[in-house]
Amino acid sequence: MSRARKHLAARVAIYTCLIAMALFVLGPLYVMVITSLKHMSEISSGNILALPHIPTIAPWLVSAHKLSAGFLNSVKILIPSVIISIAVGAIAGYALQFWRLPGASLLVLILLIGAFIPYAVFIYPLVRILAFFGLFGTLTGIVIVHTTFGLPVMTILFKNFYSSLPVELFKAARVDGAGFWRIFASIVFPMSTPIVIVAVILQVTGIWNDFLLGLVFAGRDNMPMTVELNNIVTTTTGTRFYNQDMAATILTAAVPLLVYLVSGRWFVRGITAGAVKG
Amino acid sequence: MSVASNVSVANLQVKFGAVRVLNELNIEVKQSEFVVLLGPSGCGKSTLLNAIAGLIDVSGGKVMIGGRDVTHEEPKDRNIAMVFQSYALYPTMSVRRNLSFGLTVAGMARPEITRRVQAAADLLKIGDLLDRRPSALSGGQRQRVAIGRALVREAPVYLFDEPLSNLDAQLRAELRVEIKRLHKRIGATIIFVTHDQIEALTLADRIAIMKGGKILQYDTPRTIYARPANLYVAGFIGSPAMNFIKGRLEASDDGAMFVNDDMRFTLRRPLPPGSRAGQAVTLGLRPEHVVAAGDGVAPLGMADVELLETMGADSLAWCRIGACQLTTRLDGAAQNPGRIALGADPAEASLFDSESGDRL
Repeated sequence: MSRARKHLAARVAIYTCLIAMALFVLGPLYVMVITSLKHMSEISSGNILALPHIPTIAPWLVSAHKLSAGFLNSVKILIPSVIISIAVGAIAGYALQFWRLPGASLLVLILLIGAFIPYAVFIYPLVRILAFFGLFGTLTGIVIVHTTFGLPVMTILFKNFYSSLPVELFKAARVDGAGFWRIFASIVFPMSTPIVIVAVILQVTGIWNDFLLGLVFAGRDNMPMTVELNNIVTTTTGTRFYNQDMAATILTAAVPLLVYLVSGRWFVRGITAGAVKG
Repeated sequence: MSVASNVSVANLQVKFGAVRVLNELNIEVKQSEFVVLLGPSGCGKSTLLNAIAGLIDVSGGKVMIGGRDVTHEEPKDRNIAMVFQSYALYPTMSVRRNLSFGLTVAGMARPEITRRVQAAADLLKIGDLLDRRPSALSGGQRQRVAIGRALVREAPVYLFDEPLSNLDAQLRAELRVEIKRLHKRIGATIIFVTHDQIEALTLADRIAIMKGGKILQYDTPRTIYARPANLYVAGFIGSPAMNFIKGRLEASDDGAMFVNDDMRFTLRRPLPPGSRAGQAVTLGLRPEHVVAAGDGVAPLGMADVELLETMGADSLAWCRIGACQLTTRLDGAAQNPGRIALGADPAEASLFDSESGDRL
């Protein structure tokens, strides 16, 4: 009896904590959603937590219109950056894991360091380098920057995943006469689905949420959605349209949010994929 | 097989970092011979196999296959096929694709690939599994597919790296017989790594017993069992294990004697060359060679039977003569005789130098 009661008490404590944390995280989102559905008059007069009296979707339409160019730019930056960084990271991780290159462990160490140095350190030299090649302020330029910054983490991610695959598989393929690319394309990459999903999530959210690199490297014509959002929200002249700001912010956050919602299950599975061999 | 398929390894050196796993190793495998590399884990047997396959870098020496120096050739150019312990089937491919992958890579014509896959599938009775994925197969089926993948290469040399270790005892015995049959049928040269002495004794034409990166003895199963080259081989081969009794050599009118505080055993031969009277030696007797004293055997002494283990076809009796512990095989139906006079045929006895462990 007392054991059951203890169990119950533990349950209550756990749920209280979890609900409190969920409210803490979801609170701001709630404010954003209801504010985006209110008229300006209601916002300036009313309670921040109150539901809208007369809901409106007008702020959403305005924001969507203002952000449409930024959205397209973000997509144009995102797709090549994600594909290239994952492809190169997978190949590099495969080469480092299976092809015992001389100095491979040193390379991994350098990559690890590369993954932890703050972006800001690289910005000025990168600006000079891209300007030298005439790529500063171009779509190609920003894709190169995102790919480069994504590579250390992608390479380590794939290398670690491949270290969980049995090396005999690789040996068998070599005896079968397959070379570097054949083994990668026919055997190793088809087994990479779980880790590719993790990589896609990391890269999509990372690149979509990026502000600094887009602002510096993308150039006036290719400003990503985050930069556009900032331009809308930080206008210094005229009235502040909180409802439009909120709608614009939610729209910008929608892509990574969607990615998480769709692939959350896969994400968790991918992270633990190395632990238990199927 | 008309292609020359003898394998010869000369002065082979393999290092992992600063550790020498194999040092100046030599072994010759004749055409169509079935050679088993046997030893405990870490003895270098798998390393040797991988070096022959070309899957690890060697730091010195030579590997010749079919009279051709392949030391620096790629695995695919060595005329070999290999079967791995973990099966190493390609998990994203069907069984059919697993079998045909190597042939496709080699650019072989489609009808020939189909013919070979079908032939291997028939031989191994995996014809109805061809469209399944490896994950839908049992352990025994997976190993058959792995063997099939090696067979379709129709290579003159097959390398097996502990292929039966992951299977249960019954399947292991079944596949063992099948591999033996397969060898008879295709007549290829086979080098087979295992740590299981039964596999080694049943399969091999010759066994190479390895320890610490060295080959201790390389001979037929019969010779290795009857005349082990040293104490290590003698103890490693045979189950139940050989009896070892410590003592010393003495010369007498009838020839050499093995003597200790509890027994005097006539060896019925002169002192072995290179030995001297008084030398510390170890007498090795297989349990089945320790018998009831009688005609033709030299007496060991009166033994107390402490324990009788029934093993089905026969029983193992744990006996003691003074301080000497020894086992003997008795009839399966035997009752514990309590006290028994034991003897052994000196011709079956092995004698080792206690210090070096070498056979005298």
